[in-house]
Amino acid sequence: MSQQPLLEIAGLKVTFGRGAASADAVAGVDLTVAPGEVLGIVGESGSGKSVTMLAAMGLTPKSARIGGSVRFRGQELVGMPQKGLRAIRGARMAMIFQDPLTSLNPVLTIGAQVAEALRLHNPGLSRKAAMARAVELLALVSIPEPERRVRQYPHEFSGGMRQRAMIAMAVANSPDLLIADEPTTALDVTVQAQIMEVLKELRERLGIGLVLITHDLGVVAGAADRIAVMYGGRVVEQGKVDDVFYRSRHPYTRGLLASIPKLDVRQERLQPIEGAPPSLTSRPSGCPFHPRCPLAEARCSSEEPLLRQVGAVETRCHFAERLDDPEGGIVVPFDKAPARKAVGP
Amino acid sequence: MAASDGILARTWRRPQWLTLPLIVGAAVVAFWVLVALTFHLWAPYDPLDMVARRLQPPSLAHWLGTDALGRDVLTRTLAGARHSLPIALVVVASAVAAGSFLGALSGFFGGLFGAAIMRLVDITLSFPPVLLAMAVAASLGPGLKNAAIAMVIVWWPVYARLMRAQVLEVKEREHVEAAVACGASRTRLLVVHILSLCWTPVMINATMDFGQVVLLAASLSFIGLGATPPTPEWGSMISDGATHFYSWWIAFGPGMAILAVVLGFNFLGDGLRDMLDPRTV
Amino acid sequence: MQQYILRRLLMMPLLLLGVVTVAFFLSHVTKGDPLSSVVSERQMNNKVVVEAARKRWGLDRSLPDQYRIYLGNLVTGDLGTSFRTKRGVGEDIADRLPATLELVVAAMIVGTGCGIGLGVLAAHKRNEAADHGARFFALIGSSIPVFWSGLILLYLFSVQLGWLPGAGRLDARTAAPPFVTGMFTVDALIAGDLQTFLQALGHLILPAFVLGWAVMGIISRLVRASMLDVLNQDYVLTARAKGAAELRVLLHHALRNALIPTLTIIGYSFAYLITGAVLTEAIFSWPGIGSYAVESARALDYPAIVGVTIIGALAFLLANLVTDVAYALANPKIKLG
Repeated sequence: MSQQPLLEIAGLKVTFGRGAASADAVAGVDLTVAPGEVLGIVGESGSGKSVTMLAAMGLTPKSARIGGSVRFRGQELVGMPQKGLRAIRGARMAMIFQDPLTSLNPVLTIGAQVAEALRLHNPGLSRKAAMARAVELLALVSIPEPERRVRQYPHEFSGGMRQRAMIAMAVANSPDLLIADEPTTALDVTVQAQIMEVLKELRERLGIGLVLITHDLGVVAGAADRIAVMYGGRVVEQGKVDDVFYRSRHPYTRGLLASIPKLDVRQERLQPIEGAPPSLTSRPSGCPFHPRCPLAEARCSSEEPLLRQVGAVETRCHFAERLDDPEGGIVVPFDKAPARKAVGP
Repeated sequence: MAASDGILARTWRRPQWLTLPLIVGAAVVAFWVLVALTFHLWAPYDPLDMVARRLQPPSLAHWLGTDALGRDVLTRTLAGARHSLPIALVVVASAVAAGSFLGALSGFFGGLFGAAIMRLVDITLSFPPVLLAMAVAASLGPGLKNAAIAMVIVWWPVYARLMRAQVLEVKEREHVEAAVACGASRTRLLVVHILSLCWTPVMINATMDFGQVVLLAASLSFIGLGATPPTPEWGSMISDGATHFYSWWIAFGPGMAILAVVLGFNFLGDGLRDMLDPRTV
Repeated sequence: MQQYILRRLLMMPLLLLGVVTVAFFLSHVTKGDPLSSVVSERQMNNKVVVEAARKRWGLDRSLPDQYRIYLGNLVTGDLGTSFRTKRGVGEDIADRLPATLELVVAAMIVGTGCGIGLGVLAAHKRNEAADHGARFFALIGSSIPVFWSGLILLYLFSVQLGWLPGAGRLDARTAAPPFVTGMFTVDALIAGDLQTFLQALGHLILPAFVLGWAVMGIISRLVRASMLDVLNQDYVLTARAKGAAELRVLLHHALRNALIPTLTIIGYSFAYLITGAVLTEAIFSWPGIGSYAVESARALDYPAIVGVTIIGALAFLLANLVTDVAYALANPKIKLG
């Protein structure tokens, strides 16, 4: 991490609506991605993880107001005119989305869509050369018979093949950063693993920095270098992947971990987190997680905790110290966690 | 809009169904209905009297000028509402009645009878509307009554199709099955349990079509198949205006009147649909 | 889908037979005696003349007989003889078809072109002033009587401003270009006569706009709705993420998808155009089928008006069929399905 970070997000705020009806989808997020690094952003839907990255790409709808700073290779993107952003989007910074069926244009062939990505950023490239390059790109993401496949339409592709095509399109211009928004959620379990394999391979071969947005800690476990957990429009915990998995100091992260099915540990049942994530329009006061938190006390509803280093991770909880390193790497479910001590005022 | 919204919102919250198009549409329609009902009581001139020199451009005495016979164009335009609106009302009402009746029967009973009606609908709808209306009106001979019959013949299939689709849908609903289980008679079933639920879309469509019928009636009169002179009918007034092409004001008033009425009913129908039929919003 | 088109094709003759039958009976419910159009009023009391006319026009046969003859004639392309011009209705229509075709095609280009443009603009500037403006302009087009907008615009642009020529297809002193298609703009180009071409084009602008304005409303409304739908799709976000410029996103990615549902409306707007052409031609002294229909209707010339009605219905049915096929071809999913 000694080099200049690839992506540096600082104090990012994204607000929808105006006046009393306004809502902060992202309420002050700081994140960094180093070149070639894989950052996993984990959170439930509505946690602001997708909006954060859309804002970084400058792809939020016109109605959204954006504050804070997004620096890409040292260059400030917030407030940059669309023309400048377009030169970066798809060239240096690319994005793929959750549902490859709806993310591909149904009336254009796969080849035309991949070739377009190339030609948009290489005006000199001929149509024919772009098509030839598209075939190579499809081969790169292990799509069989790429010469035939380029002429087909998205509906002729299976779900996994579509997502491969999306990836081919995204890496067409060898970007420095690829943002993958729930890339495997819409796919079958077996296909999920293949797509993750493709992403990992690309990262190794092309040295692309990767941001992996997911609601599923399991997906990032094997792929990410670092993890940031988001809740209520903020990062609530971040650290190296092993540290977050084994030395988490945040009750929300622990809740997420307890809700992953594990093969190696016999568990009576999965532990879902009770309650629902906060809605955009009615944010709880203080720590946004306190209504669902088993550790919550009076202080949590009045004072929002700051992100601070506790043990191996950065965490945003008043009572992080109470959550000790779990024994043997196994996360202790809440009901077996150290009994709450009544803390007098 | 934005500024007034802010002020209004604080003092009085506008109901959601009360949209701007609905207000404008209702106001325009109300104006013309009022004119049609009361014009004879306050008309400044007689629409058939030659009150001034012929072909005079708009002036203070004659706001829209005078026509080729020296009649006041504004008076005739306003008086036109007393012809155009009742005709449209009769045509729409008859088309709705005939079309809904046949469509409902077709949807409810189905079978050969229902299919026969729908084929007749298909055939009628294969004609370009104005051409069919012209052909029918020409066959029956000129005159407002025959033009009205022609327009009903052109328009009923629209409602037959609409009503049939409605009946077919409502027929499948549970409360109808419940009524069958309770031993309701077929007529009672159709009238009480099914038709009562089919009216909304038919009425919305009728409102929207009203303006189009006014337009069609004016077209027929323009061709010379509807109202006959000296009736102050909008279409035939525009026809006069076309003859005296350089006196643009003769056609101006009646044209604006048609435009206003068609737009008014369009807005009103749109507003009604948003209000009554939340599915389409 | 193929089956659907096949079924539509099979339905065509049946619908046509229905149309023809309706048209035939229409001309027989007439209260006015068709003879009064052929025989002058003074001769009406002359039995010999009346009988001769009756026989000449086949009015002495029974109704089913007349129907059979009528159908037989139609199959051979004989639409009957006009009372007014004393020529075959088919010939009359064939003579006037090119003028109408030229007008309708031009109006279609204006109507769909502007309609799509307005729809895209309105969707892009949703709920902004441009959106309201575009929608209102389009709505006026479908609410305004063409025989009035034609009149007013002709007065404004031809008489007052003098920017555009008056009614008719060419200036009074210009000879028509050598006949090839009968469409003056095309024929003038074929003949290499640029001056006549420009003149014909000038004469075409106003009527084509007046007629095209009438269909702009329907088309732009539908394009706007489907553009709004399409702009919310993920693949539009993908296109933006690729770095495509806004115009390219709108036209290359969104519009292509939005046009597929719009195709269905083209058959419908064609009906609108035929309807509108009748009245537009009357105002612009455009010597096409429309003004022929109006002249025939005014003269109570039944064979002519029924003939035009049949041709109109035929065109209408064909347009709908073509639209269906085009819809199937435009959608890659349907093509292979």
